[in-house]
Amino acid sequence: MADTTLSSGTPETAEPEGTGEPGFFRVLLARRSVQVSLVVFLTIAILCLFASLVAPANPDAMSVRERLQGPSAAHWFGTDAFGRDVLSRLLYAGRSSLSIGLSVAILSSLIGVAIGLTAGFFSRLDWPFSRLIDAMMAFPDILMALSLVAIFGGTLTNVVIALSIVYAPRVARIVRASTMVIREMPYVEAARALGTRTWRIMITHALRNIVSPILVQATFIFAYAMLAEAGLSFLGIGVDPETPTWGIMVNEGRQYLDSAIYLILFPGVAISLSVLTLQIVGDALRDALDPHLAKEA
Amino acid sequence: MTNYLIRRFMGMVVVTFLVLTIAFVLVRLAPGDPAALMLGPDATPQDVMDLRASLGLDQPIFVQYLTFVANAAQGDLGRSLFFDNSVTSVLAARAEPTVFLSLFSLIFALVIATPIGIYAAYRRGSALDQSAVTTAMLAASVPSFLTGLIFQRYLATELGWFPASGYGGPDAGFLDRMWHLVLPSITLGIVNSALILRFTRASMLDILGENYVRTARAKGMSERRVVLRHALKNAGIPIITVVGLTFALLVAGAVVTERVFNLPGLGSLVVNAVLRRDYPVIQGTLIVVAILYVFINLLTDLLYLVIDKRVRY
Repeated sequence: MADTTLSSGTPETAEPEGTGEPGFFRVLLARRSVQVSLVVFLTIAILCLFASLVAPANPDAMSVRERLQGPSAAHWFGTDAFGRDVLSRLLYAGRSSLSIGLSVAILSSLIGVAIGLTAGFFSRLDWPFSRLIDAMMAFPDILMALSLVAIFGGTLTNVVIALSIVYAPRVARIVRASTMVIREMPYVEAARALGTRTWRIMITHALRNIVSPILVQATFIFAYAMLAEAGLSFLGIGVDPETPTWGIMVNEGRQYLDSAIYLILFPGVAISLSVLTLQIVGDALRDALDPHLAKEA
Repeated sequence: MTNYLIRRFMGMVVVTFLVLTIAFVLVRLAPGDPAALMLGPDATPQDVMDLRASLGLDQPIFVQYLTFVANAAQGDLGRSLFFDNSVTSVLAARAEPTVFLSLFSLIFALVIATPIGIYAAYRRGSALDQSAVTTAMLAASVPSFLTGLIFQRYLATELGWFPASGYGGPDAGFLDRMWHLVLPSITLGIVNSALILRFTRASMLDILGENYVRTARAKGMSERRVVLRHALKNAGIPIITVVGLTFALLVAGAVVTERVFNLPGLGSLVVNAVLRRDYPVIQGTLIVVAILYVFINLLTDLLYLVIDKRVRY
């Protein structure tokens, strides 16, 4: 799980197949805010990934004498109620938070692509699948995730599965709409006339041409999933507290709101910065992959 | 037109039916016997069997499903395992804070975000536009519990401007209760204003590029008049759309915000229900919220017809 955190930078930097737009990177990185966002996000991701090397202390080492000390030279981000080093915990917790976000982005995209392609390609299945997507989207994300976690239990895997079920319909809806356009294209007709099997057309023609919107959506889901996971952990219903995440850190620090606000500020800022930079990159990706907007830029 | 309304209504019925089915399936997947959960650890096997029979849990699953749908259609969402009451009554008793919290935050968000969104679009590329867009993005990225906790610490505890938490105690009057909702509403409103601002700005940009706006300008109409008389009038539809869209965001935000400010609303109810494994209450909340969402979306679609005479289905 940990090594996937680093590759969270891949969607932003990989040239998607099928777009073929010259100057993709030039458009993507045209704005200073996007450059800064990429650097900030990758720095956070790399620091969390290499937490075992860069963390100044053992994140679980308690020291009663050093409890609730504000930021200092010895503990840059202070210590928590058990005297644990907040910076070290923040780096380790980031691993879980970022891994959850990335895993949800990947899993929900896979589920969404499967549903969306099927609904878009097979007109008989379109109606039932579309109504199912509508019904799933009627449940607010955190409420649905809350119920799923309540039923299946609050482990890291269950939180990832619950959030993926919540976000998959969003991908499915986009994939379905794009597939329905592609289904009518002359090259798909030509492939059909040549006797190419449907599943092969779905993968080689449809999927290749809808990589861009999926990539953009996946970047946003990465951000939303991190926010949702933080919300769940804050409510005390997310991942088991043995695996710290940024949301759990805020929940734990909440009791000391009046005496040690830094306990919620550092993890809170970490969540906000990651989500903000991901959203900026997602917006830039959309602009760079949309030929119409790319020309304007 | 009539055809459209019939189709739209039928679609809503189907989605509502699916919502009920998803909620039914979810709770059946939960581990443990509801009857045993209701009776607690001291119950004898005979007690559990009797209760199972009276709840209809000994029936085949399909019969249980049909009974569940039939009951739900009549507003009966079962009984809470924790409160000795029906789920509908439990939900109704907790609805007030959530309804007003959602309403106030929506009003706050609309009042703040709509004018800024329109002005940002009008002054596209200006410093104000850029800072509005950046602020909106930032507001959408900061978790509402963080904003809420910071407000609570500084605006309530330290400055004493607002109540820090709670809903004013059991004897609190209506105004006192509403006063307790001000800070939570601002917290939740900030998150929602981000979406509304971005949406209003984008829609206004589209409208300002329309031919009729160009014509109005070409005939020498003042900029103020162009924006207020022509563009703004047509921004109604996108604003209604965004109000429909924010509903899900409001409910999700209310769950977290109520927890931050200790408000006894539906959000706190569902979180406690999750912690107590009170499945009928979880199921009931899911159903009510999802059906409300479906209904609000139908309402926004119908409002299009009223507001924009050009919309014909």
